[in-house]
Amino acid sequence: MTKFDPGADDAQPTGAYLGGMLTNSLDAAIASRAEAGQSSGPVISIRGLRKRYGDKEAVRGIDLEVRRGEIFAFLGPNGAGKTTTVEILEGFRQASGGSVEVLGANPWRAPSDWRERIGLVLQESQAEPGLTVRECLALYAGYYRSPRPVGETLALVDLREQADQRATALSGGQRRRLDVALALIGDPELIFLDEPTTGFDPSARRAAWEVIGGLRNLGKTVFLTTHYMEEAERLADRIAVIADGEIVAEGTPQTLGGRQVGGTRITFALPGETTVTDLPASVLDRIQEEGAGLVALPSTTVAADLHALSGWALERGLELEDLEVRRPTLEDVYLKLTTPDQPRS
Amino acid sequence: MFLLLSYLLRKWRERRGRAAVEYAEQHAGNPDSQSPSVTAGRPSAPRVADPTDLEVARPSAAARGPAALLLHQVRYDLRISLRNPRARFFTFFFPIVLLVVFTGVFGNGHTVVDGVTVSLSRFYVPGILAMSIVVASYANLVISITSLRETGVLKRRRATPVSPALLVAGQALATVAVVLVMSTVLLLIAKVFYGVGMSPGGLVAMAITAVVGTLAFACIAYAVSILVGSPDAAQPIVQATMLPLWFISGVFIPTASLSSTLRSIGSLFPVEHIASGLHRASVHATFSSAISGKDLLALAAWGVAAAIFCAWRFSWLPSTATA
Repeated sequence: MTKFDPGADDAQPTGAYLGGMLTNSLDAAIASRAEAGQSSGPVISIRGLRKRYGDKEAVRGIDLEVRRGEIFAFLGPNGAGKTTTVEILEGFRQASGGSVEVLGANPWRAPSDWRERIGLVLQESQAEPGLTVRECLALYAGYYRSPRPVGETLALVDLREQADQRATALSGGQRRRLDVALALIGDPELIFLDEPTTGFDPSARRAAWEVIGGLRNLGKTVFLTTHYMEEAERLADRIAVIADGEIVAEGTPQTLGGRQVGGTRITFALPGETTVTDLPASVLDRIQEEGAGLVALPSTTVAADLHALSGWALERGLELEDLEVRRPTLEDVYLKLTTPDQPRS
Repeated sequence: MFLLLSYLLRKWRERRGRAAVEYAEQHAGNPDSQSPSVTAGRPSAPRVADPTDLEVARPSAAARGPAALLLHQVRYDLRISLRNPRARFFTFFFPIVLLVVFTGVFGNGHTVVDGVTVSLSRFYVPGILAMSIVVASYANLVISITSLRETGVLKRRRATPVSPALLVAGQALATVAVVLVMSTVLLLIAKVFYGVGMSPGGLVAMAITAVVGTLAFACIAYAVSILVGSPDAAQPIVQATMLPLWFISGVFIPTASLSSTLRSIGSLFPVEHIASGLHRASVHATFSSAISGKDLLALAAWGVAAAIFCAWRFSWLPSTATA
């Protein structure tokens, strides 16, 4: 922590001893602040990122920040600019504008040392042809200066029994676990997962989620792209939604797109011979007809509205068939955000 | 021959595996080395001796320096290519069949090579050898590079700290190793079964020509793979570019029996130069007359031009990448 700083001593020719002590403790303070800053500061920081392919602008000025140790989900429909953004963060493509910093470096110009600190699970990548699971890991372990042990990494993703099988003979879920193992073998700080469960059956997806959730226990920062809402909701600490090259919402799974204040909907079937105009006055101006005899009531005062409705029904001796009170799901929020025809919130 | 080789390799690997496990059992019993399992809900399995961990227990290939890393890459590229049935067939089986057919069936006539009258069986040996080298380097690499690129394997390798130059060099050197083994097998068969032997000077010249040619064709393969959009297109493109050249480059038909127009078209392409270099080495006794500087230069020029094109256009990403 103590560091000799000739420059600072030159600036203070008198009282060199005290000055030296001061500079040293100052240095120490700065250094420790820098270290603290590094451990809690952003791992990924994007400002005004743009990417243009010919005439088409795939990414149109996005800002993002990913903090150390969090699982960050990056959501969007196909063609929204997800993969382009990830490939810029991984250093495969050069940004057309804006600034990108990943682990303190611009990925496009980053030295090979920088790649020691990241791991990738690509959207579409096959196993190394002809190699067994163990050999795949041994090949990649050789690329890093201080890799994790192969056997331990196999155990981590629960592939020990398949270690001597050809990697190309694995099932879809096992293949994905191998991909995760290959991303982990270099013991990286930051892991990119590009649509890790696309095309999985539900049980394979659940198994993959367990593995990804487990990365958090290893203290890794995870940048996850997906178009499955449920996946983001299950895994992510924070979510950003990209549509048509722009970030349209950012937040935690609970707050995304103003979900917690957004309208709850009460739906029910209109009883037999009543019409909409018979309903209590307090709800009348908000009622929406859904067709097939169903009506919907967007509500911010659920208890009061339910009270009014049930009172009204009891008074007339009617039953509110198909009564349902529903908060918008993340899926609803996502569809609303990413459907171009509807105004974005 | 090949079966024997792979049998011996397997035996050796089994023995090494057993030794490693024994070693690990002696050094096991350190509970601190248990790792937390990523799969939540499952207790982390007890640490069992894993032979691979002993290889990694010493510094990794990358930590031991670029030479060790290159060797590491060559070893795995060799393993990958030798386990590919298509590559095995076209690199080892196919040339032997052709050699047997051509030398055995058509080997009785005579032709003139570099001013020396030789039997056709002596003509076919370097001809088939040239073809095998082109198939092992150019054809195999175009097909495998395209498929590795389109399946995302190249992208994933490129995402590691390993340098792209080292990945390319590893594959080129693995191909050189395959070519040298395959050439030795072919020359032994020619000598033992057909009495076509080479002079020591000729053998050295052949080895140099084979290595330079292999490296040049490896570069050309990388360059051509840039133009191939999908693994399905690789095979037809490879055949369309190689097949016509077999007949005008002195591989199956002596150039002496070709029209001067065909000869000059043939000499524009690298296949003619590797064939001509090997032919020349097969008919002369001393190294100085067996080595063909002109052909080596032509091969090197093709290689360098291809390498420059690669530096300009080669991409590690699948060409069907989405936005």
